[in-house]
Amino acid sequence: MNAFLQSRTGYLVLIGVVAVAAAGATALLMNISERKAEQRAPYVRLVSVGEDDTDPAKWGKNWPAQYDAYQRTALTTKTRFGGHQGSEAMPTEKIERDPWLKRMFLGYAFSIDYRDRRGHAYMLHDQEQTQRLTKPQSGSCLHCHASIMPLYRKLGGGDAMKGFEETYKFSYQDLSKQLHDSGHAHPVSCVDCHEPTSMTLRVSRPGFIKGIQALAASDAAVPALPSITQWREGRRDTPYDPNRDATRNEMRSFVCGQCHVEYYCSGKMPLTFPWGKGLRVEQIEAFWDGTKFPDGTPFVDYQHKETGAAVLKAQHPEFELWNQGIHARSGVACADCHMPYMREGASKISDHWVRSPLLNVNRACQTCHRASEEEMKSRVDAIQQRNYDLMERAGAAIVDLIEAIVAAKAKGAPQPWVDAALQAQRHAQWRLDFIAAENSMGFHAPQEAARVLGEAIDYARQGQIAVLGGVMAPPAKPGAPAPVAPAPAASGATPASSAAPAASASAKH
Amino acid sequence: MPDDTSKTTVPPDPAARKTVSAVLPIALAVAVGIAAGIGGYTFRYAQGFSYFLRDPKACVNCHIMQSQYDAWQKASHHGVAVCVDCHLPHSFFEKYLAKTENGWRHGQRFTTGNFVEPVVVQAKGRAILQENCVHCHQDLVHDIVLAPSARGEQLVCTHCHSNVGHGEKTGIGGPFKATELTGVKK
Repeated sequence: MNAFLQSRTGYLVLIGVVAVAAAGATALLMNISERKAEQRAPYVRLVSVGEDDTDPAKWGKNWPAQYDAYQRTALTTKTRFGGHQGSEAMPTEKIERDPWLKRMFLGYAFSIDYRDRRGHAYMLHDQEQTQRLTKPQSGSCLHCHASIMPLYRKLGGGDAMKGFEETYKFSYQDLSKQLHDSGHAHPVSCVDCHEPTSMTLRVSRPGFIKGIQALAASDAAVPALPSITQWREGRRDTPYDPNRDATRNEMRSFVCGQCHVEYYCSGKMPLTFPWGKGLRVEQIEAFWDGTKFPDGTPFVDYQHKETGAAVLKAQHPEFELWNQGIHARSGVACADCHMPYMREGASKISDHWVRSPLLNVNRACQTCHRASEEEMKSRVDAIQQRNYDLMERAGAAIVDLIEAIVAAKAKGAPQPWVDAALQAQRHAQWRLDFIAAENSMGFHAPQEAARVLGEAIDYARQGQIAVLGGVMAPPAKPGAPAPVAPAPAASGATPASSAAPAASASAKH
Repeated sequence: MPDDTSKTTVPPDPAARKTVSAVLPIALAVAVGIAAGIGGYTFRYAQGFSYFLRDPKACVNCHIMQSQYDAWQKASHHGVAVCVDCHLPHSFFEKYLAKTENGWRHGQRFTTGNFVEPVVVQAKGRAILQENCVHCHQDLVHDIVLAPSARGEQLVCTHCHSNVGHGEKTGIGGPFKATELTGVKK
């Protein structure tokens, strides 16, 4: 050994070994240096952005990681119950097999065209392509399909709220042309959720701001929205303002609630978020029941083609259903699962590739739930399958009701019987549609979804009995035990609201 | 004469040997010096000495633990316990053994980027954690945890008290992976 070290070869080998060690240490040094560099400057503002910068590409120069992810919303994704062709809620083959969805929507523009759901990047493009535009559609639609705030400000002479309130009078084509002419024809963009100087979250949409103000002013329980409770206990001298009063955590749901909600957006009155009596299905129903169009006629979405029932059409009440669920109650925001935090270098950023958490189980679920990815998917699947099965039963019950009404009318059944059944159809369809149009297949609030579907089935079967001359139980108050004794026929039947509106099918979407 | 010829055929032999044997140790000294210098600087740059101390800031030398560190500052134990009080054994020998083992694993994973996120405590770390909960709280809990069940299992404190250290769960997912894009079903 000693001889080897003193030999020429020995020295050379030793030098080589030391050189390799030095190279290794240098490589490690560089690696540490890179990791330290990751920690510096979360972003560099290369261009300045302002309220009128609706083009996300410009913002992307400052926030490339977020922009890259946002662009991925153009990719096609699908889960077992979402992202298929056809209905928003049903797999393609199911809608072919199960006629109840189409049957329920007879008399509504959705029968014309009903396509594959795609990501945020396509929201404006797809709306401009839909065949539903062959029927008159309102400018209200652009509230949620375009980065429209600059146009609202222009129309209102600087006041976005004023501009917004005018837009329902425009035809979709008129407002769309103005949008394109103004250069703001982009789908939902950075500026819609971020304040451009500080990048803090903010809500911009007038429909949401008015809706949440009405909710705050009501006395409906909102256990998942603590800032509303806090505002109610305060001086209440100014209306609730989400941008001032809401917590950071609430804002991570409110920005989504600007659009993923139930609303009226047709041409008879301004876009309306129906939250003045609360967010639950029967509270929203009561709000619509108490709403009149400017011409004095009672609010209705469309009249059912076969039975003539004045029907409410649910949009996509994700925000409302989420509010009833355990995740909301535990302070888990929309963004926690649909835009979960991810590491990008040393920065913690939100994944702006908004998509189903089922495609992102690791970041969306496993940061809280210490169970395998397969286990998490299987839990969700069990919930969604149960919801789907219950929904099928509700669909069958409503088809039975529609057929019973048609048959009874043909036989000349007494009007009070028919009226009671039509009212039951309105209740039942509203409830089934509330869960079917909602995009989580019951997951956002599984027990609430089952309750709503249970009521839908109950109303449909009660309507069937009523049209055969039986009696309908009065609608149960939430939280009260189900009625046992049959009530007089007159109390359940409310002909005024079901028979009066002669308005033809008015497409909402 | 034969001596002469032998000298003329290999004239510079002893002299050359002398030069080589003089240069090689110098070259080696230079090489060792450079390696030691770079190594030493790397050690300092990487704040290597901080790992021998108990300052929690050492745990965020690498940014991967930043959210855990932030959350610990807001959680109930931050006034009474730092990272090593819960995450390392308290006896000298076992502590440095665990430090070595963790340090090697963390350094190697973080440098190569070969790890799964969100990062979670390993089985060995959980055992250390459990011992340390009991270490401080044994006067209160000895009836519960020191009496093993018939199957020899012990109740795990963090099963229920999971948020005493870092509050709510604080892990975050990692960056996009190539498979996420190729795995997209059209």
